[in-house]
Amino acid sequence: MKRVGPLLRRILVPVLSVLTALLLGGVVIILTDFDNLQKIGTDPLGTLGGAVQGVLNAYGAMLAGAFGDPNRIITALQTGNAADIARAIRPLTETLVSTTPLIFVGLAVSISFRAGMFNIGGDGQLMIGALAATASAIALNGVIPAWLILIATIAIATLAGAAWGFVPGFLKARTGAHEVITTIMLNYIASLFVFFILTTSPALRAAGSTTPVSKQLSSIVDVPNLINLPTIRLDFGFVVALLMAVAVSWLLFRTTKGFELRAAGFSSTAARYAGMSAGGSMMLAMSLSGGLAGMAGGFLVIGTVGQLSLDLSGGIGFNAIALALLAGLRPSGVVVSALLFGALTQGGKRMGIDTGIPFDLLLFIMALVIMFVAAPGLIRSIWRVRVAKPAPEIAQVSSESAGTV
Amino acid sequence: MRLELRDITKRFPGVLANDRISISADRGKVLGMLGENGAGKTTLMNILSGLYKPDSGQIFIDETERTFGDPVAAIEAGVGMVHQHFMLVPVFDVVEAVALGAETTKDALGTFDRAAARKRIVELSERYKLDVDPDARIESLPVGVRQRVEILKALYRRSDILVLDEPSAVLTPYETEELYAIIRSLAADGTTIIFITHKLNEVLEVADDIVVLRRGRVAGTADPKTATRQELANMMVGRDVELIVPKGPAKPGEVVLSIEQLFVRDDRLEMAVNGVDLEVRAGEIVAVAGVQGNGQTELVEAITGLRTPDSGAISIGGKRTEKWGPRQVSNLGVAHIPEDRGRDGLISPMTIAENYILDTYHEAPYSRNGVLNLKVVRERAAQGVKDFDIRTPSIDTYAGALSGGNQQKVVVAREFSVPVQLVIAAQPTRGLDVGSIEYIHRRLVEQRDAGAAIVIVSTELDEVLAVGDRIAVMYAGRIVGILAGDDATYENLGLLMGGATYGEGTAA
Ligand SMILES: Nc1ncnc2c1ncn2[C@@H]1O[C@H](COP(=O)(O)OP(=O)(O)O)[C@@H](O)[C@H]1O
Ligand SMILES: [Mg+2]
Repeated sequence: MKRVGPLLRRILVPVLSVLTALLLGGVVIILTDFDNLQKIGTDPLGTLGGAVQGVLNAYGAMLAGAFGDPNRIITALQTGNAADIARAIRPLTETLVSTTPLIFVGLAVSISFRAGMFNIGGDGQLMIGALAATASAIALNGVIPAWLILIATIAIATLAGAAWGFVPGFLKARTGAHEVITTIMLNYIASLFVFFILTTSPALRAAGSTTPVSKQLSSIVDVPNLINLPTIRLDFGFVVALLMAVAVSWLLFRTTKGFELRAAGFSSTAARYAGMSAGGSMMLAMSLSGGLAGMAGGFLVIGTVGQLSLDLSGGIGFNAIALALLAGLRPSGVVVSALLFGALTQGGKRMGIDTGIPFDLLLFIMALVIMFVAAPGLIRSIWRVRVAKPAPEIAQVSSESAGTV
Repeated sequence: MRLELRDITKRFPGVLANDRISISADRGKVLGMLGENGAGKTTLMNILSGLYKPDSGQIFIDETERTFGDPVAAIEAGVGMVHQHFMLVPVFDVVEAVALGAETTKDALGTFDRAAARKRIVELSERYKLDVDPDARIESLPVGVRQRVEILKALYRRSDILVLDEPSAVLTPYETEELYAIIRSLAADGTTIIFITHKLNEVLEVADDIVVLRRGRVAGTADPKTATRQELANMMVGRDVELIVPKGPAKPGEVVLSIEQLFVRDDRLEMAVNGVDLEVRAGEIVAVAGVQGNGQTELVEAITGLRTPDSGAISIGGKRTEKWGPRQVSNLGVAHIPEDRGRDGLISPMTIAENYILDTYHEAPYSRNGVLNLKVVRERAAQGVKDFDIRTPSIDTYAGALSGGNQQKVVVAREFSVPVQLVIAAQPTRGLDVGSIEYIHRRLVEQRDAGAAIVIVSTELDEVLAVGDRIAVMYAGRIVGILAGDDATYENLGLLMGGATYGEGTAA
């Protein structure tokens, strides 16, 4: 193979992984289309055509569901009708809405992995952040102006998540307790704690509701929208997520703290020999990680959703682990991978509605992507390309986890 | 000719490990095979012992061509191999480990005839003075004895072509002498021996013929009766090397490092350093000799702030440092070249540039107020690569991708990138080839001449004798003798390293 540039070499495996997963997804679509397959004896050519058509329909619906229909967007923009425009661009903005928390938590996971900590606790840190934002929004209601409440709730959510992340970092640094175990346990504690508060606290709980959800917060505070159109939910949380990606990248690669954190992540003994405090790096990385997840929770409750509920995180913490690995733990990669996951999620819903193919196909595709990223040798043999060794940071994390999980 | 390999070629992806190599050895002779790391010695022997198939070439035993599909076929032809890294089952006892796979059975059910096996093992052990207890468990044996178990294993299978792959790497000088005796008595009984090493003295000592490999080829052959170390080294490296880096007499100045009654515990909380007193002055190199595991590691860790001593005093440049951490000690101008460079000295998945600032990143000019100045980092790293002749495609190459010699140059370049008053170098040339050893020694002598105090901890007598202005021998956590470099010999150092105390009169 020709010599390829470093950027291309870096993204070759993730891109081919996504492509391969989509192709295999297509195979599954064909094999599960029984109506079409039944005709194979009588009309083989028609069956083949039907198979191709089926895959094109499904992925077409997915694309439209994820990004909208370009023609429709252009027409709507020309007419200038707000409701039409909103309807046309809504798929795209909804994709970005799902992308936002994935970026935050993907960055959170990347920071901790970089420092050699396998943070499975994104969900718990997000829930604690969301709870703190909810409680502080209700407490501060009427005390200070709404724009100050906005800043205060996000800040408090971030701090609460950071504190929740600090605990496993501290336990690991001081006692060697493995962060995989402690973060999983803290996830349970966080969600049960939120459940407890939502069922017992009259101050937080929505009056008259039969399910454990908080009061609506949108009347107290709401993150300003990016586009002022009816039904469009995309808000400044997305912009903050992008800014955080820039900030994390700067921290990791341009500051001495980031240098220590990465060094300790690769080799805690070498870091110690170089006079660094490996324990300090662990605690810092886990606090930053928890802070980012907490921030995601804050933006969800006072922005996108407007209410704290038990299913708020919806497994974001887990998807974030997958996308951080897909991203090679690089902040820019996290943004791209989060977009991909957001698009698959939104597109998958639409595909389900239009073609009846269950959403589970998307989960299947996402799982395949991760499998291929984790096994670049497979991609190499399928596509006959010479791929670079996995980025060492990924190799490091996966060998570390293989040994200890 | 008992054994002949003709035009053996073996290619691995990207490396021609063996390129038309031909060697031969007669019955009862010792063939010394010399070559730097990566020269292809192990590959060639793996082909002889049936582990690898050659791409081309022939193997002759007693003038008949043989092809070995697998190790069993090679063993049947009489080839026994003692690997560089041993392959014994730790929980077996010696009889089981030796007989494993070649058990004698006493009935149709295949019951292991332990008594018969034991009897033969005892006989062999006595005949060749292997001195192995047949009932000891493998894991309880020191490496030197385990190696003899491996030899027993080959003899038990009636091998009369015995390959020893870098056997001395794990042995003390005394154990090496014992091994020579075993080799000689085996050869006297008609066994053909291939003795692999990258140490010059060893082939000169024990071989009847010498073949030198370089980059997968035979670089030449030599007669140990007439060959010199210099000739062999040049042949091995392919250019003129200086085996002993030239240096003038030391001009000792002020005391820089002073250690008094130092006691340090190891990880198992045993006392590893047991009352060490030592002074090292500016402008001198003190070599600390000793068999691995006599407290040198803990001594170095205590000096560099990585391990807190139990009691005793350490002063560096007049400051008491025994309670300090590594960063504080390093800030005094102490360079530390760690024993295990791959694990402690470098971070393999980080780039050369990043490794170059691994312990100075927090200082000007590399950073200000916590922000790295990448431009300066890259400039200085590039300069370091140039000054220290580090062979690398770029400063963005991962350190782990470099050869051992170049990795060590990165460590040395980094440690010497700031002014130093004390250098602590632990096993600075372990595993390196002659060319890199020459380079590292040159740099250490340069630092000495610039006025630094240098401590070199080494288990290699050649190294200790080559660079030490004074030589301190460590045994069981104590310094059992200090000799002037000129008075030290293999013999008196070897004795001290084995635990003999040296007469006060000769100790300097
Ligand atoms: N199994 C293998 N796969 C690929 N390359 C190998 C393998 N074994 C050895 N090599 C390469 O072949 C060369 C010779 O190695 P080796 O025979 O181990 O040298 P020596 O024993 O002289 O140090 C080296 O460049 C080494 O990296
Ligand atoms: Mg070898």
